[in-house]
Amino acid sequence: MTEESANAQVRSEIARKTRRSFLAGGVATLAGLSCFEWMRSRRADEDEPWPLRIGLRADEQLSRDYFRPSRLARTFPAAAVETGRPNGDIGLGDDPDPDWKLNFGEQALSLADILALPKTVMITELKCIEGWSRVIQWGGARFSDFLAKFNDEPLDGGSYVSLETPDGEYYVGLDMESAMHPQTLLCYEMNGRPLEPQHGAPLRLVTPVKYGIKNIKRIGTIEFQRSRPRDYWAERGYDWYAGF
Amino acid sequence: MKKIEAKHPRAIRWFHWINVPLLTIMIWSGLLIYWANDVYRVGFGDFTLVHFFPDKFYDLTGIGHRLAEGMAWHFVFLWLFAINGAAYVIYTLASGEWRYLVPTAASFREALEVMLHDLGLSKEPLPRRKFNGAQQIAYTSIILMGFGSLVTGLAIWKSVQFGWLTALLGGYQAARVEHFLLTLGYVGFFAVHITQVIRAGWNNLRAMITGYEVVEVAGPVERQAEGS
Repeated sequence: MTEESANAQVRSEIARKTRRSFLAGGVATLAGLSCFEWMRSRRADEDEPWPLRIGLRADEQLSRDYFRPSRLARTFPAAAVETGRPNGDIGLGDDPDPDWKLNFGEQALSLADILALPKTVMITELKCIEGWSRVIQWGGARFSDFLAKFNDEPLDGGSYVSLETPDGEYYVGLDMESAMHPQTLLCYEMNGRPLEPQHGAPLRLVTPVKYGIKNIKRIGTIEFQRSRPRDYWAERGYDWYAGF
Repeated sequence: MKKIEAKHPRAIRWFHWINVPLLTIMIWSGLLIYWANDVYRVGFGDFTLVHFFPDKFYDLTGIGHRLAEGMAWHFVFLWLFAINGAAYVIYTLASGEWRYLVPTAASFREALEVMLHDLGLSKEPLPRRKFNGAQQIAYTSIILMGFGSLVTGLAIWKSVQFGWLTALLGGYQAARVEHFLLTLGYVGFFAVHITQVIRAGWNNLRAMITGYEVVEVAGPVERQAEGS
């Protein structure tokens, strides 16, 4: 065989291999693009294509399995405290009602009832889902202390907490273990001063195990549910769990 | 005389090409997230040299007001990105391919020579190996960067349950900066990678597609002479 014909054979062989690879690569590219387009165009489940919702729910299950109440959010020295950055006034339309009551089951609790609970003060980082964060000193009653005092419903890991503003405009849902976390507070004090209206006076939720969107301001109603409660931002495409 | 030689194993080629859309989706969805708090810049004091990103960038790319969408894609596709990366690492370790990829002490000196050559400052020929020192450093670094993205990402995503990791990385906001810098690193890698692939030519790129390259070998006559 001459060198010329050997080289021609090499050329035709590599051309054949190239055609084969481009065919396989082309099919794979089309399959990938179809998958992407298919996912993107699926029916929305709470404003997100349902395949992505399934993915987020799987993340949620794994996160809840891994969650331990003993793991605490980082706390900071007093020197690290920053001023608040109010962001979002949904449910805070009117001035706070001077006759505000917290509706909890059959009970209508006053702020004095919450103030009578053991007070917890902590300096933690409030993390907004947008990406910024603020180190704030919070003062309030542990949600778990609140339940110990006022709740008589049987609760377990399948229970959820639903919290709403008095006007029902803003609402969040919490899994039970996040609600019972020792750093989840019903908060009435911020940076050593009574909570301001823009930050959720008279009573708000503060939980550093969740993004800011779950830290509902001006709580009007708290109740328990057996399935995931509706959640304002989850209905608008965000992850329902939104937990760290 | 020309000859066809196997160069890149099939598995490595698939991992490489699958990573292209996965990393693209991670960067794209990451930008959708970053937009919501686009505070990073290069500068000092009030002077800003580069802002990530100018409004024009968002206008051009349609990135903006899509935070929820970005988070959904990011927190679903991270698994595919991680699995593909882990599969690549396991394969290179198990197959022995890591020997071509992991730099040795000599790689760093060689990388300098390759750089001088590519910048036209040296006429020394490039080493004729599957991966030269510069490539070994680049291809190993990019894997470490991928691992870094997963670790910093986890520190941001689960900053309480993996609080020790977040603390190790300097805190929540520090982890976010590190996560962003790694992404800039991918863009830089990509620019150099594409330039080098274009410079190396079709035979080189074809090897990453087909697995084979065409090499020039001694003709059959000389070979027989050697053999006899």
